Amino acid sequence: MAGSMELPTKGGFSFDLCRRNAMLEKTGHKMPGFRKTGTTIVGLVFTDGVVLGADTRATEGPIVADKNCEKIHFMAPNIYCCGAGTAADTEAVTDMVSSQLQLHRYATSRESRVVTALTLLKTHLFNYQGHVSAALVLGGVDVTGPHLHTVYPHGSTDTLPFATMGSGSLAAMSVFELKYREGLTREEGIALVAEAIRAGIFNDLGSGSNVDVCVITKGNTEYLRNHELPNPRTFVSSKGYSFNKGHTEVLSTKITQLKLKPEVADGDAMEE
Amino acid sequence: MSIFEYNGSAVVAMVGKNCFAIASDRRLGVQLQTVATDFQRVFKIHGKLYIGLSGLASDAQTLYQRLVFKHKLYQLREERDMKPETFASLVSSMLYEKRFGPYFCQPIIAGLGQDDEPFICTMDCIGAKELAKDFVVSGTASESLYGACESMYKPNMEPEELFETISQALLSSVDRDCLSGWGGYVLIVTATEVQERVLKGRMD
Repeated sequence: MAGSMELPTKGGFSFDLCRRNAMLEKTGHKMPGFRKTGTTIVGLVFTDGVVLGADTRATEGPIVADKNCEKIHFMAPNIYCCGAGTAADTEAVTDMVSSQLQLHRYATSRESRVVTALTLLKTHLFNYQGHVSAALVLGGVDVTGPHLHTVYPHGSTDTLPFATMGSGSLAAMSVFELKYREGLTREEGIALVAEAIRAGIFNDLGSGSNVDVCVITKGNTEYLRNHELPNPRTFVSSKGYSFNKGHTEVLSTKITQLKLKPEVADGDAMEE
Repeated sequence: MSIFEYNGSAVVAMVGKNCFAIASDRRLGVQLQTVATDFQRVFKIHGKLYIGLSGLASDAQTLYQRLVFKHKLYQLREERDMKPETFASLVSSMLYEKRFGPYFCQPIIAGLGQDDEPFICTMDCIGAKELAKDFVVSGTASESLYGACESMYKPNMEPEELFETISQALLSSVDRDCLSGWGGYVLIVTATEVQERVLKGRMD
């Protein structure tokens, strides 16, 4: 701890609270659950690219923590990745690999390959022996064509023409098994992915809300955020609640005026 | 009992029209025994950026001290205040660093960004960010806060109305939670001023 205060951290995990937390656990305090994305995520390969799809529900136990979260993460301009499992892990692992890919692109001046991302992800996950619980669907198009992979929390991977992950994976896979074929067009691909995600949304309790889709083709990526909204709000009153001013009992009030920043008259703004 | 329920807490933030509000309860307890009724859970980072830390009180204070330290170093290095988005990333990475031995805190970050655009965000105790456009909640009263905010919140509220709404949402929620309450503390932040109010609540 003292070290981390004086020096910038070098990265990696810190275990200095583990002993205290284990002590607390032994005295009968339950350890908290983390935010999960009990999820439906899917992907498929069509004639000239990859389509990824995800629902938008984040849960904490039985509570819906976020009704419209983003589960399709940016890896590289030509590679995206859907994440299921512990939200912090999927977010952190994709961000970390995404910046490694960016640095690799700066060093090589070439477009990132999907296998590069795949290898970086699986080595990290394998190193942590499944404790970093991220289940991923990785898709992208590179110089060697369209690719789709699944990555399991322990670091094993699959290479597939169509894939599903998360708690809604069975519901989504039933749609793919029924309707997937080779040589789908772009529109057919998007429609099939959306249908598979809808199957997850309506039949799996851990998945819900909207359908996000990402279409990656050679030289072009289209992120269709909230492509479908099958569960709009129906319970809100048009006027809402209104409270009269001074309705709440206040014991004390302190008002502080904020100083306005002096404007710099001339000179260029500093680059951030 | 979960470690999050040891001290009891309720924190909420809402976005209004060019302003935001962040509020918390004032109780510090040790399980069912109340120890203090003037406990601070909402902290200032700079004039337009605040953080509310629910969960274990000792971790909330430790985390706040480390954050102030890091923000001061940032101010010295960059000669400016941190943007809320940057600060959220800082908190997130500090929490994720302790992925396998976490701080028992769920932060809520609220601030005015560039062009005084309001920003609110919450995280779980290992730094999974959740950005919201309307409201965020955390603490032992979070379930009732979800319900209250979901029905009381309206978009584009003026500061006065935002104050009434967040106060009523907070007070009604903590009345359904044994572990939080004992008054409330509300901050309304606009581009020009900060209004700090202490609310009267039930003391049982």
